[in-house]
Amino acid sequence: MLETVLQIALIAVALAMLLSAWRLIVGPSKPDRILALDTLYINTIALLILLGLWLGSALYFEAALLIAVMGFVGTVALSKYLLRGDIME
Amino acid sequence: MEWILSALILIGAGFTLVGSIGLAKLPDFFTRLHGPTKATTLGVGAILIASALYFSTRQEGISLHELLITLFLFITAPVSAHLMAKAAIHLKTRMLKRTQGTPDFKNNQN
Amino acid sequence: MAQTQQKSRWLPHPILSLALWLIWLLLNNTFAPGHMVLGAVLAIVIPMLTAGFWQERVCVRAPGTLAKYFLVVLWDILIANVVVAKLILSPNRKLQPGFFVIDLDARHPLAISLLANTISLTPGTVSCDVSPDQKQLLVHALHLEDEAATIHDIKTRYEAPLNKVLPPC
Repeated sequence: MLETVLQIALIAVALAMLLSAWRLIVGPSKPDRILALDTLYINTIALLILLGLWLGSALYFEAALLIAVMGFVGTVALSKYLLRGDIME
Repeated sequence: MEWILSALILIGAGFTLVGSIGLAKLPDFFTRLHGPTKATTLGVGAILIASALYFSTRQEGISLHELLITLFLFITAPVSAHLMAKAAIHLKTRMLKRTQGTPDFKNNQN
Repeated sequence: MAQTQQKSRWLPHPILSLALWLIWLLLNNTFAPGHMVLGAVLAIVIPMLTAGFWQERVCVRAPGTLAKYFLVVLWDILIANVVVAKLILSPNRKLQPGFFVIDLDARHPLAISLLANTISLTPGTVSCDVSPDQKQLLVHALHLEDEAATIHDIKTRYEAPLNKVLPPC
């Protein structure tokens, strides 16, 4: 049963990633694209964790943690850039 | 056990999908902001808790480090949403005509 | 160097130290004694070395209220997500988005940022900006029906307990 559920969940998350990617391409404004990228990386975390469950391996955790940290820093840096035209003050 | 795991995974995947549907479908930036900050964060949180439960029951010893990502996401999601909203207000991103109020402190003081 | 409050030299920030120790143990996913000792050393050394960055003093009162606050917020996050999911899946033209401003009673910077985070995570609202004097909070709501009621809800449900836990000090 867990197998079937995992398959459904993987498909749902993949669909979510496709929708985010669509928003990333379509835009229309710059903050929209940042938001889409932010959603895309959170979806990636979900996908990695599901893959870890699927394969029964805890190794994917480190990758997910790194993506979470780097994704947050990336979002903040991009937003700051739009706010000030400069990242560091 | 398997039932709880399955329910958590399905709920998580469902909310993640709803968040992205919101991102794709809603009409302007400020409404789109709501989907990812709430639905996606909770969805991923549910999946992570399912993972923690799974590895705690399958292997020897408990596995709690998934909680770290959950906690991190719950702290960072509002912060990035706040910053993106600030950037969007700064750039005067187009918003729905029927939006009530203005993104401004002076005009809004009643 | 005139220190206004006498901070303990070894443990300038006990809460930060505890958090660092717990994060170390979670990162290594173990409760082995060796890692506990190593984590404790890091938890003492890091706050000492970075003390210059942590000027503000945080004094937490009423830990019971704080615990209750977190439980309330967790529950509200669950409810909020069902509500937001319904709103997202309903037709767009029914939505009534809107901006509104909350006059803050909280003065402690940490209380304000906690309140902003809570607002972002709970029913259909995202905090967008804090006024430069830190007295007002700009909030965007996905579906704004009654502005006064929403503000009243936020103030009584979230701001009042936060003020109790983190008074200006």
